[in-house]
Amino acid sequence: MSVGYTDEQIREFFVTLPHAAALGLTGERVGDGQAVMSMPWSERLVGDPASGVVHGGAVSALMDTCCGAAAMSHPQVSGAGATLGLRIDYMRPATPGQTIRAEAICHHLTRTVAFVRAVAVDEDESRPVATATGTFTVAGA
Amino acid sequence: MPSRSVPEPVQVVKQRRDEALAALVGGVPYIAFLGARFERRGDELTALLPYGDALIGNPLLPALHGGATAAFLEMTAIISLGWAVLWPCIEEGVAAADALPSLPKTIDFTVDFLRTGLPRDAYARASITRVGRRYASVKAEAWQDNRARPFAQAAGHFLMPARDE
Repeated sequence: MSVGYTDEQIREFFVTLPHAAALGLTGERVGDGQAVMSMPWSERLVGDPASGVVHGGAVSALMDTCCGAAAMSHPQVSGAGATLGLRIDYMRPATPGQTIRAEAICHHLTRTVAFVRAVAVDEDESRPVATATGTFTVAGA
Repeated sequence: MPSRSVPEPVQVVKQRRDEALAALVGGVPYIAFLGARFERRGDELTALLPYGDALIGNPLLPALHGGATAAFLEMTAIISLGWAVLWPCIEEGVAAADALPSLPKTIDFTVDFLRTGLPRDAYARASITRVGRRYASVKAEAWQDNRARPFAQAAGHFLMPARDE
């Protein structure tokens, strides 16, 4: 649990953000500098109509939200920060029709910056769809 | 007098280019989901993201969601790349329906968030640094009220669709 908010408050905050709600994001678990979030497949999120594969931008939004939640739930972070930088590597197209699940961990924290990494998978968890690394501002620094 | 071909009427040229752009952009559901559009001046594209409440990431400030900003930059890069491939075909007079390329696939994409995205319209342009047979490197920049003060910039690598030889 972070200093300012309960894990449940942080989870609730991130999945009810208007853009997160529009994407249909759900938060499975948030706490102790880690977060797990899912994005169900939807026709509206498709980037390549020929294949039905979800647009990379939607995966980026999932990763950004999940990484942000992980950072905010770090025990030494007391409020919401902003994304400084986010890099996504796309390993393979997500299988159309399958939910994409992201797991993020805030693996290092300084007084001013939270460092987060994340992995996204679909139903085949042995082959990641994408990985991300993000840096976030730390509130109250 | 040597015979010279008469230039095509301007409206014919414009219509062919506009139809090609509409076909390229209209095929992507996620662009419509975000509410983004593309405007064209000659071969130059500008992406528009009209403000919508569903783009908000922090209701307290309020600020645009970083994910929406990242997605906006990524689609600007992809469409600009697809457009660069399509453009020579259109200029040879090929109708968009016969020339529409498969869209490039993102390999990696890195976004710098420079300042808060305000709750108002955003714009973006991509510049293609290099496009080869298989890989392309693209930069993109997004701004709002002031072109000289971008609120996000990005760079990425893309896999180009295989072309029939």
